[in-house]
Amino acid sequence: MNWFSRVLPPKINKKVPEQEATESKRSVPEGLWSKCSTCQAVLYRSELEENQQVCPHCGHHHRLTARQRLHYFLDPEPRLEIGADLLPVDPLRFKDQKRYKERLQEAQQKSGEKDALVVMRGLLEGQPVVAAAFAFEFMGGSMGSVVGTRFVKAAESALVERCPLICFSASGGARMQEGLLSLLQMAKTAAVIERLGKARIPFISVLTDPTMGGVSASLATLGDILIAEPNALIGFAGPRVIEQTIREKLPEGFQRAEYLLEHGAIDQIVDRRQLRSSIARQIGILMQAEHSA
Amino acid sequence: MKLQYLDFEQPIAELEGKVEELKELNQPGIQEDIKRLENKARKELQRLYSKLTAWQTVQVARHPQRPYTLDYVHALFTDVEVLAGDRAYADDAAIVGGLARFQGQAILWIGQQKGRDTKEKIQRNFGMPRPEGYRKALRLMRLAERFRLPVLTFIDTPGAYPGIGAEERGQSEAIARNLAVMSDLAVPIISLVIGEGGSGGALAIGVGDRLLMLEYSVYSVISPEGCASILWKDAAKAAEAAETLGITARRLQSLGLVDEVIDEPLGGAHRNVQLVYENIAASLARHLQELQGMETARLLSHRYERLMHYGVVGAA
Repeated sequence: MNWFSRVLPPKINKKVPEQEATESKRSVPEGLWSKCSTCQAVLYRSELEENQQVCPHCGHHHRLTARQRLHYFLDPEPRLEIGADLLPVDPLRFKDQKRYKERLQEAQQKSGEKDALVVMRGLLEGQPVVAAAFAFEFMGGSMGSVVGTRFVKAAESALVERCPLICFSASGGARMQEGLLSLLQMAKTAAVIERLGKARIPFISVLTDPTMGGVSASLATLGDILIAEPNALIGFAGPRVIEQTIREKLPEGFQRAEYLLEHGAIDQIVDRRQLRSSIARQIGILMQAEHSA
Repeated sequence: MKLQYLDFEQPIAELEGKVEELKELNQPGIQEDIKRLENKARKELQRLYSKLTAWQTVQVARHPQRPYTLDYVHALFTDVEVLAGDRAYADDAAIVGGLARFQGQAILWIGQQKGRDTKEKIQRNFGMPRPEGYRKALRLMRLAERFRLPVLTFIDTPGAYPGIGAEERGQSEAIARNLAVMSDLAVPIISLVIGEGGSGGALAIGVGDRLLMLEYSVYSVISPEGCASILWKDAAKAAEAAETLGITARRLQSLGLVDEVIDEPLGGAHRNVQLVYENIAASLARHLQELQGMETARLLSHRYERLMHYGVVGAA
């Protein structure tokens, strides 16, 4: 199967039923068993589930939906969603080949989310936290008014409860369909993070695959601690845009988490299965003064 | 300097060309003809500019003869001192900044700078800053805060530079850091879009207490060409993208995102720079006076509220 699927041309390749069942390599595999998109190992779904969608053979981190992310990260109980009542509108009456309104409806049906950020209050190994996760499955996790406003709600909740904020980013950047309003969400989220810092509330930013553009150039890189998942693509400009601009091949591993670590852009790369314990430890230390006060 | 015309301005180019020819002939009795033609040219200019499309506005905002940051700095300010470098890596010529006086008042100014000729364009990287440019801006803003100088920024960039080195040195973080620091910098900040407001690369010096735009400047989350190539898979649809993105000064003002649109002469700032300088000076003086009358705590809480109000959402 391994060599066979690789030598087939892409079109025929698509018709192989097992491949069909795993959908594209970008989404999390469904069905009873599936195949790792990186090492091609055949895995039971339950095995993947136990490993938080990390391939137990090669360590490839499959992308998660926002709810999967929060499900794996937070203690099972209690969980309270914040900002679910905020819904996207179409202030520009934006229309390309499709209307923004239609795109929103389609994204909502496909993903089951109302917009691209899900926020919950809960516990992490018993410590109260607010956790936010980008829904890449919703219009590429793009940041418009709702994402920005939900993020502010998350931060405000962390300020009021005096508990850490953790955000998992996965986004192509600002949402074009809301024009300048989307761009200004960058300033808005940055401003509320500045308040967290002044109030000595830790903000942990976890950069997951992919974190690009306006999200990378605002909230995602403003964490007190920056953690990336292995091999996550992280950057400002997309690799294709850079290639077209400079007309050169990009270096091996460019904009990957390991490359960023080497260039001093992030604090750590942490395996998804260790994220809970690692972040719990770090916020415990950062909140020490708060708790002994 | 010979006036350059944009494609959509060709009817004016012809009329004004004829006027020039007649003037050179310098024959008696043609004064009437010249007047008539000049009138016709002015009417044509009025006609074109009264229904300027978003895409045509982009062309004007990118006009090669449009005044750039340093033109405004030298026209509006005295005692201009240029300050360089980020103290860590390099001096980025795509962002300029320094000290000056505006109507006697000590200020700090920052802006993106495009180049006029090929050599300068390359030196200034077409006004596309790298991280060291944003970090220079940040350093200057902190200097302004320390010495209580209001900050005036001039926005004119296609965007932050998409290059290997820029990414390696943390383009994202450099932009993000500026947004955070500007949101709470304890001096008044006024930003003026003078040409192209290109996405995050523009916003990185554009967070503050006032956002002003010149009449024919644009400000957008993505370039019309970039948007078209993503959503239409065809960069040639840039005109449609420009329209729907809502990037003109007037449109953004109607959305409540811009505090004031500063008038330009018909045909754009380059046709009468003196008039533009006067309009900008009047506007800056007014806003500066308003902001300097505010106590710092009030200034910052207003700025914060202003940032928090950005966005349009519905409720379940």
